[in-house]
Amino acid sequence: MFIRHETIEKNAVLMLVLTAITIAIGGIIEIVPLFTIETTVEHVKGVRPYAPLELMGRNIYVREGCYLCHSQQIRALKDEVERYGHYSLAAESMYDHPFQWGSKRIGPDLARVGGKYSNDWHYAHLINPQALVPESLMPKYAFLAQTPLNYDIIEEHLRKNRGVGVPYTDEQIANARKDLEAQADPAADNEALLKRYPKAVTVAGNGRAPTELDALVAYLQVLGTMVDFADTSTEQLQQ
Amino acid sequence: MSGSAAMSDIALAGIGLGRAAAAEHVSARAEVYNMDVVRKFLIASVFWAVVAFLVGVYLALELSWPSLNFGLSFLNFGRLRPVHTSAAIFAFGGSALFAKSFYVVQRTCRARLFGGEALANFVFWGYQFFIVMAALSYVMGYSQGQEYAEPEWHIDLFLTVVWVAYGVAYIGTVLKREEPHIYVANWFYMTFILTIAVLHIGNNIALPVSIYAAKSYSAYAGVQNALIQWWYGHNAVGFFLTVPFLGMMYYFIPKQAGRPIYSYRLSIVHFWSLTFMYIWAGPHHLHYTALPDWTQTLGAVFSVMLWMPSWGGMINGLMTLSGAWDKLRTDPALRFSVAAVGFYGMSTFEGPMMSIREVNALAHYTDWVIGHVHSGALGWVAFISFGATYYLVPLLWNRARLYSTRLVSWHFWIATLGIVFYITSMWVAGIMEGLMWRAYDQFGFLQYSFAEAVNAVHPYFVIRMLGGVLFLIGALIMVYNLIMTVYSPTTEVSVTERRDAALPAGAALAGE
Repeated sequence: MFIRHETIEKNAVLMLVLTAITIAIGGIIEIVPLFTIETTVEHVKGVRPYAPLELMGRNIYVREGCYLCHSQQIRALKDEVERYGHYSLAAESMYDHPFQWGSKRIGPDLARVGGKYSNDWHYAHLINPQALVPESLMPKYAFLAQTPLNYDIIEEHLRKNRGVGVPYTDEQIANARKDLEAQADPAADNEALLKRYPKAVTVAGNGRAPTELDALVAYLQVLGTMVDFADTSTEQLQQ
Repeated sequence: MSGSAAMSDIALAGIGLGRAAAAEHVSARAEVYNMDVVRKFLIASVFWAVVAFLVGVYLALELSWPSLNFGLSFLNFGRLRPVHTSAAIFAFGGSALFAKSFYVVQRTCRARLFGGEALANFVFWGYQFFIVMAALSYVMGYSQGQEYAEPEWHIDLFLTVVWVAYGVAYIGTVLKREEPHIYVANWFYMTFILTIAVLHIGNNIALPVSIYAAKSYSAYAGVQNALIQWWYGHNAVGFFLTVPFLGMMYYFIPKQAGRPIYSYRLSIVHFWSLTFMYIWAGPHHLHYTALPDWTQTLGAVFSVMLWMPSWGGMINGLMTLSGAWDKLRTDPALRFSVAAVGFYGMSTFEGPMMSIREVNALAHYTDWVIGHVHSGALGWVAFISFGATYYLVPLLWNRARLYSTRLVSWHFWIATLGIVFYITSMWVAGIMEGLMWRAYDQFGFLQYSFAEAVNAVHPYFVIRMLGGVLFLIGALIMVYNLIMTVYSPTTEVSVTERRDAALPAGAALAGE
């Protein structure tokens, strides 16, 4: 050995320094290139920041620990692509702070659940999952329907997302409250909302104040719908 | 001269020295070390063990009969699951590590804990406060949404302060040691303290929505967030649930078996290789995902290589019993420690196997992973902690022996049976899920709906729950046994003192 281990054993500071170097190498080699290699995140069209109501729904998804039973990551395996749709792209979660890929499927993958079921189905299912899927192990989320959505500082949520790299425009931040309310009200004029957030799905509301359930459904309905795969070439998908 | 022979020489020298000085040492030693904080953490670890197992059993019940969620937000699986994982890893495992690391560092350095009572008490109460805050925040609906890193930013900041205090107390003690050598157990504990600090800070960088809001947005997004999370997550396994528990093994198994460590050289080689390789293994949680292939491959290769240093530790632990295997018949506490090393060997074979891409294609997202985690958590982490706890309680409370060795034996067999129920049912459930999800019928269509697979695993979820109940019963037996031990009469001559007379001073370094 080029260095007697005894020397290290007798010097706590030396041992700590060497340990720090030892643990740093692997982390640096694996993590740093992901930020610097251009093609890590594919250049596909359509991925946009979440609309304000979707963002609040996403926060509820995170809060309730949905990721503990549902993945949002379709692996590039034949059966998964057939069951859930096109395999997930890195680009599709590029605005997800935090990512919600998950690690366990007690329920099915949700990466492309958007548009798969109607709004009504989602409301009924979240309130009482077993009414629609008898085998389901999912808890009932009826309490979300009774909880008014707290969006007092919605502009701040968008601003802080911009702080960590989500490209919300000043216009989007200024109109956050209006956009949120428009998406939760089918009677509202949603032209401006759709211009700022294409494919945003308007959810129930019927004049009442938006609930947490409304926000969650809006989020679920946009999952996996942003990229149009018919319009995407194989080259664009290369990492 | 080989390393282990050198160590034995020091041991002999130490014993000689100790005998001569025994008389003077005896009365002084009781005050020399801060055993108060060790006792506190030991009690906390046993308490949190029961909490963690209880919540685990309840979650298993919810997965067997979902109506037990009762539609109550705070009882829902999604909010309770982080309570279980945090209670098991950070509350039970963490408190056990604090207790044993503070015990080991003082004994092997022959130095009282650095920083005095105040620092030790801050570490204890600060850490317990962190646990309670974290658990309450989950059930109340505050979460960062990253596994094993669920606490929000303000709790993370508080934990950082406590952790730094722990590091100061621990490393301060090592620095003022009276032994020239740093005993091998301390290498592992120091690596644990350093690496967990790096991982915790690295993974939790986030921007709070407002200074008054318990809500933040992670600095990382998507694929980078995924890799950093699993760099953190897998090394929570590596540097929280493995490395410091190996430190525990390196002190308590030689103590319980009354034999020196099998190979000094092996401990050096496996320490550095384990430390180097573990950090790379994270990407095996992300096979076939949007993570670039090169990173996945790198993660898998290092995960497979990790098998070797892991087994290096296992061999060193098991072979320490050479010439003392007969003690397994008479000392059920040692049986816990040795079975723990066996489970460690098993799950560190299973892990590398599951990190191979083709195996992972089947295993990922299934309950096989849950089974794997529990063979490590119940078989390795909990068992090695139980073994050390049974060893320490009579010493720390000055009792001649445990209240009942028979009950330790009952605990051992009931808990082992519980683990067998748990991991075998999860193997079957997990592989069945994996096969059903990918099964095609004769016409080339997917054969099963997702719900059919959910239905199929129900019996195995019930068996898993029963395994958990057995493990919990075992822990309750331990609680009863320990309480009765503490309430049994004190020995006339303190056990700590008598042990010190027999094995003092340099013996600590010598792998005792």
